[in-house]
Amino acid sequence: MTISIHASVNGEPCQFQCGTTDTLLKVLRENLQLTGTKQGCGTGDCGACSVIMNGELVCACLVLAVECGQADIRTVEGLSSAGQLHSLQQAFLDNAALQCGICTPGLLMASKALLDKHPQPDETQIRYWIAGNLCRCTGYDKIVRAIMGCVS
Amino acid sequence: MNEEPTNYGDVAEVAAGNKPSAAVVGTRPVRPDGVDKVTGRARFGADMQLPGSLVGMVFRSPHAHARLLKVDVSAALALPGVKAIVTAADLPEIPDDQAMDKGQPPDFRDMSANILAREKVLYEGHAIAAVAAIDELTARHAMTLIDVDYAVLPHVIDLHQAMEPDAPLLNDHNFTKGIKPVPKKPSNIASRYEQIHGDVVAGFAQADVIIEEEFSTQPVHQGYIEPHACLVNVRPSGRTDIWCSTQGQFMVRAYCARLLQIPLADLRVFPMEIGGGFGGKTTVYLEPLAILLSKKSGKPVRMEMSRADVFKATGPTSGSYIRMKIGARNDGTIVAAEGVLCYQAGAYPGSPVRLGCMTAFAPYNIPNIKLIGYDVLVNRPKSAAYRAPGAPMASFAAESLMDILAQQLDIDPLELRLRNAADNGTQTAYGVTFKNIGYRQTLEAARAHPHYNAPLGPDQGRGVASGFWFNIGGQSSAAVDINQDGSVLVTTGTPDIGGSRASMAMMAADVLGVGYEQIQVRIADTGSIAHSDLTGGSRVTFAVGMAVSQAASAMVEELRRRAALLWRVEVDQVSWMGGVARLMASGGSSSLSLTQIAASSAETGGPIAVEISLNAQGAGPGFATHICDVQLDKETGRVTVVRYTAIQDVGKAIHPSYVEGQMQGGAVQGIGWALNEAYLYDENGRLLNPGFLDYRVPVASDVPMIDTVLIEVPNPRHPFGVKGVGEVPIVPPLGAVANAVSRAAGTRLYDLPMSPTAIHKALKRAARRRS
Ligand code: FES
Ligand code: FES
Repeated sequence: MTISIHASVNGEPCQFQCGTTDTLLKVLRENLQLTGTKQGCGTGDCGACSVIMNGELVCACLVLAVECGQADIRTVEGLSSAGQLHSLQQAFLDNAALQCGICTPGLLMASKALLDKHPQPDETQIRYWIAGNLCRCTGYDKIVRAIMGCVS
Repeated sequence: MNEEPTNYGDVAEVAAGNKPSAAVVGTRPVRPDGVDKVTGRARFGADMQLPGSLVGMVFRSPHAHARLLKVDVSAALALPGVKAIVTAADLPEIPDDQAMDKGQPPDFRDMSANILAREKVLYEGHAIAAVAAIDELTARHAMTLIDVDYAVLPHVIDLHQAMEPDAPLLNDHNFTKGIKPVPKKPSNIASRYEQIHGDVVAGFAQADVIIEEEFSTQPVHQGYIEPHACLVNVRPSGRTDIWCSTQGQFMVRAYCARLLQIPLADLRVFPMEIGGGFGGKTTVYLEPLAILLSKKSGKPVRMEMSRADVFKATGPTSGSYIRMKIGARNDGTIVAAEGVLCYQAGAYPGSPVRLGCMTAFAPYNIPNIKLIGYDVLVNRPKSAAYRAPGAPMASFAAESLMDILAQQLDIDPLELRLRNAADNGTQTAYGVTFKNIGYRQTLEAARAHPHYNAPLGPDQGRGVASGFWFNIGGQSSAAVDINQDGSVLVTTGTPDIGGSRASMAMMAADVLGVGYEQIQVRIADTGSIAHSDLTGGSRVTFAVGMAVSQAASAMVEELRRRAALLWRVEVDQVSWMGGVARLMASGGSSSLSLTQIAASSAETGGPIAVEISLNAQGAGPGFATHICDVQLDKETGRVTVVRYTAIQDVGKAIHPSYVEGQMQGGAVQGIGWALNEAYLYDENGRLLNPGFLDYRVPVASDVPMIDTVLIEVPNPRHPFGVKGVGEVPIVPPLGAVANAVSRAAGTRLYDLPMSPTAIHKALKRAARRRS
């Protein structure tokens, strides 16, 4: 059975058709061609699929697409505006906080959600907040520094 | 890398040449692919789509060891929406004598049987069939209709049990290699390797102290966050395009051609961005299946592994059992070392035990060494390369012994290492004589580091350990093109797994004398540049960097020639400095910029392009020393790493941030190996933890900042002095963490991972011994 869903993705109204078992991750990647959101596990354990839904950080692989009616969904593709990188994106670049870069979209969305809620986290808060976002390349050092650099 | 390095320690001389100035090298610019990667635009293995693509899925064995009595796919094939199914019957037979090239791994017969099982399945998750269907649901449904009859066989997961004479045999035709005469009885021991240096009996006779212990480590997975993925389109002409996540597009082309007996020219491999590999993406699993499915169905086929498949069916590195002994004089001089190393190969031969033997004691000048290595078959996935393959486990044993020795002789552990440190001129046990190494400097830097001299709190312990990796060179190609507007395009054939586009652009910028921003770097497909070996073995910045530097140098010559043509003078009248040609006769006042030369290229012979292919020799070996502080909760056995410093001789850091990143990432992977990670099996040989929830890699809250110290002892064989940096960082952490834990606990830990349970047990045992 296919269902038609109206939602807002990165601030644009959007409509998609999905099956009842389709995840938000699948819809983003396959229906909407927004492949910036990555799949590392499909079971909520790696954070590569982190997106912000109605202001909350979620794993897109654990959200059913049919739950997204009227939802406000933000993905990495919507982070920069008018050709201007978000300060987190710039900080990740300046700090060399990515090696392979597969974890980067998820980490950017997770850090954005963190700073939206807690504009002045300390290192420990940052480390616990992003503990659901695995990075196998960097050892987290430069990622944590990049986020710390964006603390207002 | 999955092949043994072949050119370590080679001694040919560098071609003399002008040393390029280093205006860009050594700085920290933003990587060329950076914006694409932070905006989600970079495309990885699973991000390619073609209209009309089918979904490919693999049917895998639920049993650890079984004979396949029947594989019937007819019902699945009859399901509407299923377009093709392949089994081992679709794979060409590879005759024994064509299994390997010049006796060198990989063994293509084994590889063929690993990607689709013939006759027997050898581990849970072993592929039996692959299905292509119109969508995922249909493919899943088809899986349930594949009818397989198994005769389940006794299996063996444990290394020791596998080596017993009456163990269940994985391969009835496996007669241990490396033993003379060849054994008459088959066994699970695939091969025996022996490394002898000096005379250990005479050596141990001179020892005042002899320490002998047993160690074990568990298989750990590379744990790249991106699962294996590919998209394949076989066109009616037979021409085939492959988009995939791999450490080497030329490797994928060569292996697929070999396994499927297709001409190389029919295959074109487009490397996507790669979401981590660490050695695990140096072979093929899905690509040959997708080719077969696409050929059968006439449609493009997309395949993507689940995380469980990645854990069950791609290579972790070997688990190991090691017995090792060292002897020293009272002043700390080590006189002999001896040991037996047993490594799990998994279902097919090929553990890196030999590299373990070669690297274990390489940091030290020890006159007498004898190490025996065994490569052992077990009903687990075939092991694959993982960062400095084979070295971390052997180093864990050797560096633990060094620590025990330091404690027994009451010598500072860094001082003990300094007294025995390998130097220039030291002959290694595996034969090579070291040159231009910076090991001693890492020890001295460690001793001088504030970390080493900081006070420890209660229940804290500090450990140190050193490590070695050969580093390799190899075949590499690079092209430099000047566009009509004077911008520069550098093209290589090696995937950028951690910022190598930046280092290539930086080296090219300095050789050409132009700005970093003027250079774009492209990683080309197999149809667009000459062969390059894969990204691995810490070879890219060294070997591909050499090709890029040489191509840029050749480009400078070409640009001088073009300027000479424009000025109608001999080329020796033209100099090149700062990206500008100058006419010497004019005292340098007549000049032509790169942009001007490019704009008139049509008048001087057409497009300005250079391509260089080479086989780089003379990789400088890598040495590292790590310091680790842990906090031990004696009640629960839980260990927290509270401070960590990694010190490494990097030759020359082209982009220091990415060098530090390699050191930090390697250290944290090593911490995971030491403390958490392990493959856990049930009594049926089924993996209990095939997911990131239960196979726990370090997360951000598990680790502190990783401090780094970069020592630069240049490698004279490279235009900028580069040594490989990616592998050695994972070698010392196992020993450094174990030594720290042992000192904090007041009792030695010999087995990894040092989980809270294991530490708790060790503490209880030690308390019983004391009372
Ligand atoms: S893919 Fe969603 S958490 Fe891993
Ligand atoms: S940069 Fe590779 S997983 Fe984070």
